[in-house]
Amino acid sequence: MAERMGFFTDTSICIGCKACEVACKEWNDVPDDGFVFRATSYDNTGSLGANTWRHVAFIEQQRPVRQAGGQSQGQAGSQDQSQEQAGHGQVSSQGQGQDQSQEQAGQGQAGQVSGQGQGQADGPGPDSIERWLMSSDVCKHCTHAACLDVCPTGALFRTEFGTVVVQEDICNGCGYCVPACPYGVIDRRERDGRAWKCTMCYDRQLGGLEPACAKACPTDSIQFGPLDELRLRAEERVERLHEEGRPEARLYGASPDDGVGGDGAFFLLLDEPEVYGLPPDPVVTTRDLPTMWRWAGGAAVSLVGAMAVSFVAESIVEKVTGRAGARGSHRGSVREALRTIDRGQSGHGAVVREALKMVDRGRTGTRGSHRGWGR
Amino acid sequence: MGALMREDAMVPEAEFRSYYGQPVIKAPVWHEPHMPVYLYLGGLSGAASVMAALAGLTGRDRLALTARVTAAVGATIGAGFLTAELGRPERFLNMLRVFKPTSPMSMGSWILTAHSGLTTIAAASAVAAALPAATSKITTTLPAASAITALLPAAGDAAVLATAVTGSLMATYTAVLLADTAVPAWHEAHRELPFLFAGSALASAGAAGMLATPRVEAGPARAVAALGAVMETTAGAVMERRLGLVGEPYQLGRAGRLMRAARVLTAGGGLLATVAGRSRTLTALSGLALTAGSLCVRFGALEAGRLSAADPKYTVVPQRQRLEAGKPASVPAQP
Ligand code: SF4
Ligand code: SF4
Repeated sequence: MAERMGFFTDTSICIGCKACEVACKEWNDVPDDGFVFRATSYDNTGSLGANTWRHVAFIEQQRPVRQAGGQSQGQAGSQDQSQEQAGHGQVSSQGQGQDQSQEQAGQGQAGQVSGQGQGQADGPGPDSIERWLMSSDVCKHCTHAACLDVCPTGALFRTEFGTVVVQEDICNGCGYCVPACPYGVIDRRERDGRAWKCTMCYDRQLGGLEPACAKACPTDSIQFGPLDELRLRAEERVERLHEEGRPEARLYGASPDDGVGGDGAFFLLLDEPEVYGLPPDPVVTTRDLPTMWRWAGGAAVSLVGAMAVSFVAESIVEKVTGRAGARGSHRGSVREALRTIDRGQSGHGAVVREALKMVDRGRTGTRGSHRGWGR
Repeated sequence: MGALMREDAMVPEAEFRSYYGQPVIKAPVWHEPHMPVYLYLGGLSGAASVMAALAGLTGRDRLALTARVTAAVGATIGAGFLTAELGRPERFLNMLRVFKPTSPMSMGSWILTAHSGLTTIAAASAVAAALPAATSKITTTLPAASAITALLPAAGDAAVLATAVTGSLMATYTAVLLADTAVPAWHEAHRELPFLFAGSALASAGAAGMLATPRVEAGPARAVAALGAVMETTAGAVMERRLGLVGEPYQLGRAGRLMRAARVLTAGGGLLATVAGRSRTLTALSGLALTAGSLCVRFGALEAGRLSAADPKYTVVPQRQRLEAGKPASVPAQP
């Protein structure tokens, strides 16, 4: 395998221009996303999907405004509203409002909103945007990729660059990779029934070119290169931002010790990952697969056990209730006779009577009409 | 959608942040009725084949015949539903080009292939034995067929024994199929889901046995149905209790209605099975209730998975709690 290649997306210098989205669509011939106006922010595509391989998240954050008594502004409304506000970096109040909102104000707005009183009751109005967060999201090309693990056709494979790619001529559209991805990246395109996602421009890489998005990015927010180098560069960048008084800068997906063994495409973020729509602590689902099979094995054994118990119990019940007189007769003949009875009960009264007589007489060597089981 | 679900939330609201309330993970793309019906038929076929083996071993020929035919029909129609679910059905066989232990779907397609083949042989031999007149007509007009019919009984008996293994896997692997995803309500339920599905499979196979076997011979089927109902009900109750917040989708909205309906139908059908005895009406009621209950469980589980994926709360909150407890996720060297 050649050197593992990756993306380092430094969101602190992203300007939200979406050149990456366009370049990706152009190069990879990705169909349109449906032209939906989401009315939440300057986000045009909403999320990654079969037809969106680069997605620029756009977050408008308002400064947390608290009224007297530690209530966040606008909290009277439904939970939906508080969720919305959470999305804007505000804090919902219930229970723990005060501490948290102060902490977040300190953390999220450091270096941008200096010297604003933390506890004041009146602040900027609801439409006063304090900062914009922009981040170009992409497939993470996980070290332990759930999509690849669960793909039953082998359509998803690991390339010589350490990236994860779908072979469109193999994929049968089973859709299993879709809910398996802990980041919600890959999706099935219902138009052609197959799964699609970022290939990190496998074809361009084979030709010695950098991926289209990285090439098009005007600020170098998207950097492409050998993963080891990118990680070092990212560490330095975070340190510099911290020195510049932006303690909220943090790396996401850079550690090989996380739940997916580290991302091939990692990020520098300025807020919690979930604010960008990223899972805060993702884990590759197949990590727990051995445990899952063990529990399923236990259930399979229980199923056979329950079945066996049912048959044994039924035989005992039949013996005890139906044929009490049979007890005490010769064992072998009883069993044989009981089988005869079982079979005879479907309507042959004579056979039953005959068998019962045989049982009563305790005769050995009774032969039923048993012809072997199951036929 | 979010607002609707919250109205009847049972766990105290959790604090979390998100990207405009959008989901973090993708919801399963599997369709209704294909996927849940496949899950039901797979369970029915799997448990029925185990029933066929035991009925054969204990000399209950009539029940064995029912069970063998149920197993074969369930597996065949189930495979049809599974294929129809694919985005590219004509590429179904692509799943047999690899054998991939990390993919429950890959293992499942091998289990299904083996199971449907074996149940077909078992059913064919049972049907041939049950219809000796038809068999002899075929062998006289087609002499070549006589060699096959001579082999059938032995092949059928061997096959039915093997289906006891493939069948028990068939009824439970589908739980791993769901659990091996990032969907919180499925993944976190990986302990109870197999028992929920196994119980539901037992109940549905018992129901089929009761409905399609003369009542005097259906005693074991009634016992199977009742035990299955107990297993399903217990597993469901344990699951919802243990999961807490993550298990909420099983109680909310349409998923909640389906799961509650399943619980009532299964418990009712199971109770009826114990008293149905030789009553035609009670047997029919019990069998139908159990079948409906088993179907409701599968539709409910799929719907709960969708809900669980659609609300970022279920993804973000447990992960946040993990981080705040200082126990971030990690992977052992090679999973
Ligand atoms: S699991 Fe998701 S993020 Fe990771 S490689 Fe697969 S599609 Fe990309
Ligand atoms: S949809 Fe295609 S790529 Fe995804 S798991 Fe199925 S076969 Fe593999």
